Amino acid sequence: MHAKRTHTFFPCVGRHCALALAAALLPLGAQAAEPEAVPDTLEWTVPFGVGGGTDVWARFMSHWMGEALLSHPTIVIDNVPGGGSITGTNLFYARADADGSQMLVTSASTQFPAMLDDPRVRYDYAKWTPIIAAPTGGVVYAQPGYGKDTDTILAALRESPTKFAMQTPTGLEMPVLLAFDLLGLKVEPVFGMRSRGEGRLAFERGEAGVDFQTTSAYFSNVAPLVEAGKAVPLFSLGVMNADNVIERDPAFPDLPTFSELYLAQPGHSRDDIAYQVFHKFFASGYALQKLLLVPKDTPPALIKAYRQAAATLPEREDFLTAARNQVGPYTPVVGEVAAKQLDSAMQLSDARRQWVIDWLKSRYGVRVSTR
Amino acid sequence: MIDALMTSLGEVFSGAHLLYMGFGVLVGLLVGIIPGLGGIAGMALLLPFLYGMSPGLALGMLMGMVAVIPTGDTFTSVLLGIPGSSASQATVMDGFPLAKKGQAARALASAFLSSLCGGVIGAVVLTGFILVARPLVLAFSSAELFVLTLLGLAMVAVLSGESQFKGMAACGLGLLLGAIGTAPATGEFRLNLDVGYLYDGIPLIVVGLAIFALPEIIDLLIQRGSIARERTSLGHGWRQGIRDVVDNRGLVAKCAGMGSLIGTIPGLAGSVVDWLTYAFASRTAKGEKHFGQGDIRGVIAPESANNACACGAMVPTLLFGVPGSGTAAIFLGGLLLLGLEPGVSMISTHLDLTYTIIWSLALANILGAALCLVLARPVAQLTRIPFVLLAPVITTLILFAAYQATRSLGDWYTLLAVGAVGVLFKRAGWSRPAFLIGFVLAPGAETYFYQSVQFQGMSAFLRPGVLIILGMIALALLLPLLKRLLSRRQPLAVGAEVTSPQQPPAVPTFGRVDALLVVGLLLLAAASWYDISGLSFLGGIFPRLAITIMAVGAALSALEAWRRGARWEAQPLGAPLLWLVGLLGLVVLASMLGFVSAATLMAFAFLRGVARARWSTALAIAAGIAAFLLGMQALLSLHYPSGWLDALIGI
Repeated sequence: MHAKRTHTFFPCVGRHCALALAAALLPLGAQAAEPEAVPDTLEWTVPFGVGGGTDVWARFMSHWMGEALLSHPTIVIDNVPGGGSITGTNLFYARADADGSQMLVTSASTQFPAMLDDPRVRYDYAKWTPIIAAPTGGVVYAQPGYGKDTDTILAALRESPTKFAMQTPTGLEMPVLLAFDLLGLKVEPVFGMRSRGEGRLAFERGEAGVDFQTTSAYFSNVAPLVEAGKAVPLFSLGVMNADNVIERDPAFPDLPTFSELYLAQPGHSRDDIAYQVFHKFFASGYALQKLLLVPKDTPPALIKAYRQAAATLPEREDFLTAARNQVGPYTPVVGEVAAKQLDSAMQLSDARRQWVIDWLKSRYGVRVSTR
Repeated sequence: MIDALMTSLGEVFSGAHLLYMGFGVLVGLLVGIIPGLGGIAGMALLLPFLYGMSPGLALGMLMGMVAVIPTGDTFTSVLLGIPGSSASQATVMDGFPLAKKGQAARALASAFLSSLCGGVIGAVVLTGFILVARPLVLAFSSAELFVLTLLGLAMVAVLSGESQFKGMAACGLGLLLGAIGTAPATGEFRLNLDVGYLYDGIPLIVVGLAIFALPEIIDLLIQRGSIARERTSLGHGWRQGIRDVVDNRGLVAKCAGMGSLIGTIPGLAGSVVDWLTYAFASRTAKGEKHFGQGDIRGVIAPESANNACACGAMVPTLLFGVPGSGTAAIFLGGLLLLGLEPGVSMISTHLDLTYTIIWSLALANILGAALCLVLARPVAQLTRIPFVLLAPVITTLILFAAYQATRSLGDWYTLLAVGAVGVLFKRAGWSRPAFLIGFVLAPGAETYFYQSVQFQGMSAFLRPGVLIILGMIALALLLPLLKRLLSRRQPLAVGAEVTSPQQPPAVPTFGRVDALLVVGLLLLAAASWYDISGLSFLGGIFPRLAITIMAVGAALSALEAWRRGARWEAQPLGAPLLWLVGLLGLVVLASMLGFVSAATLMAFAFLRGVARARWSTALAIAAGIAAFLLGMQALLSLHYPSGWLDALIGI
């Protein structure tokens, strides 16, 4: 399984086109002309504790970004955990200097509360500019007792209720829960897991009938279960192409995506408000799962220098090989493309927000407090 | 397996590996000795070095550090009464009283030797266990985890001493404080008074410092002695300590075994293990017992358990990628940075690396304990320094440690608020461990109960594992009761018990602090009941339970005192409250001037004004404090609360 893992690299077609476009737009000779002004020390605020997924990504990226910038600045990681990343992000928003020395690393759990108008959120993504973003995909899998292929399992799950172990109602798994509901599956969430890993343990113990993992966690911990016949993959969430359309995940070309399954049902279309809500949260939580941002007022020359450095990374085979461990076989999104995607992902209309809140309340009895 | 074992042994004993592991051990000792910095800070120090290192060497370095942290933090637990990390909270119970009796070296020697044994036993258990552990870890469903937390809560009865009702009220208050934050079942916010700091709940390390360290320091300040009041020679101390461990080898083996097994269960924090083994030791110990007043077995039990537990926590981390403790979580991050993915593949494809991890763990335990033993005697001399000279250093350390929890001023105010409760508890003899156990177990108790009912319905409580643990709880609670009943029938046994110094006074005591606490807790119960009235059933049921336990306990303790004609006890309160106010002043000053300046200035002023120290001593200590804070800032890229004075000097 391990050997297979290291050779599974499928270039993401849509994203590659976007990158080629972005690269073409860069002025020639960009590599050599890094402005003098890049500070000697860059401080990256990570609003999560040490050792978590976002922290590991930040440390990984700081190594490569430090190498890609010509002056090789020292990059210091400052962990400010608390409030599910809201505390540290609020602090960064209130205090960070826009002199190019300060950057922020955020994740789905920073983005979702902002979309839902969580009363604790004081930050505004419109005031930040992305340098590089890492997408991830994810796979839903089920106990083998429900069947051997997607269709029979879906049919079984529509009949018999099953459990799904989640962290919080508005966390990373929320789009997955929505996906279950939109497919008409009788999935009941059980909240309070401290990590996705604990959720997977609940599945392995047989307490949960279905589970979900992001791509890298799926490869390291679920693929062996699938091989041993203890889990059956059901569907993937897919990946977003440059036109904001969800397509098959290059890491799981044989698995249908949720979107395919949903749209195949009679009377369903992309215009359904429920599907659009899924699409928004998928874009913000998965297509842009980890983000490296600077304050918008950072000198344009520096932003350009950072983005150029970031743009060299997806061209390096050694970076891509190493990145596969962190997020799976997905090419990072850089610069303007990331900015455009971020803008569209983070804007949730009032009607859609209200839809989410009503859905959580009526369907699962969960009250979400908003401003 | 044997093949992988041998390969890894060769790797572990290679020069480069030993060098890196030694480095890891030194970092581990440093962060272990400084309170507030646990494995998390240590990992943060080491993670940046990991790039480009070969996995074997990097793992040696990481394990060197992981293995020694629960050893190093024993220094502050024993010498200063400050729990260095959650793993050493129970060590404070008897270690600090021993230091006060002038037996610090004995306590330290025992602690380090039992740490060493615990670590090695843990590694040995882990060696075979790693191949078969999967089914066992999978056997622990949320239902078993829930009853395990109940087992922990049952220990409150053991630890609350003479007054069971006061212990119950203290535990209830701990449970209620632990419920602050979000309801795990519904995500609702509760009891946070709209204060941003409280949305996440209160950090454990702040509560630990507040409930144990602050009251001790204030008491010492009032008495103004050196920590060790009886000046026995430290010379015999450490030989005596080693003999203590040899005499109690059965206890060491049992506690290490318990530690490594409980450590393997993901989700049960290491902080439970030391209390469980402490209670186990105090319950099963033969002969004279002085638990809580300086019984060496109260040091040996948790210290042999916590290192073993660190080994056990590697099982779910390596096998499932689910960390078994906070430190293990960061270790997991380190593995990912090295490009290693924990999971079943660690055993199939990386068995040699897995054994490198385990053997580094064992070797680092030996190395760390040996280093600590060497350091024990000189460091134990600290306790002979007049306490007034140490007070500003310790105060700074506590503020530094508390601030590391979430790096917000809220940590300091929480420290003071819970510290006030700790002072009252200490004055009136209410069980502080009972409070802490309630606090530690609150989130687990609620989450696991909710999860087991959601996942399995009522059949969750009919699982064989659950029934076995429930039986253990019944045994733990009923056995002493049975013993007492039996001994009542045999007059001979009664005579034997009367001679033991353990016998509590028959008449309970009551004083104005007790009255204050009872009234305060009842008012708090009413206020928090009102606060959670808007919550859904699932979100509110647990805090309601906690409030009920607290209120009933408080009321019954008053009732008991009244019905049994309690002896009125003078419980002076003025002096400790004055010191608390002084500390509040320091905190306010630190948030205005900046922590570094305020701590340095206050230390100097205190040493000159209160301690009447010489100019040179005062200057040296104040400069040392500033150097420590600035050094930590540079080393860990920390931010302290900054004010105008710090900004002026450019800190």
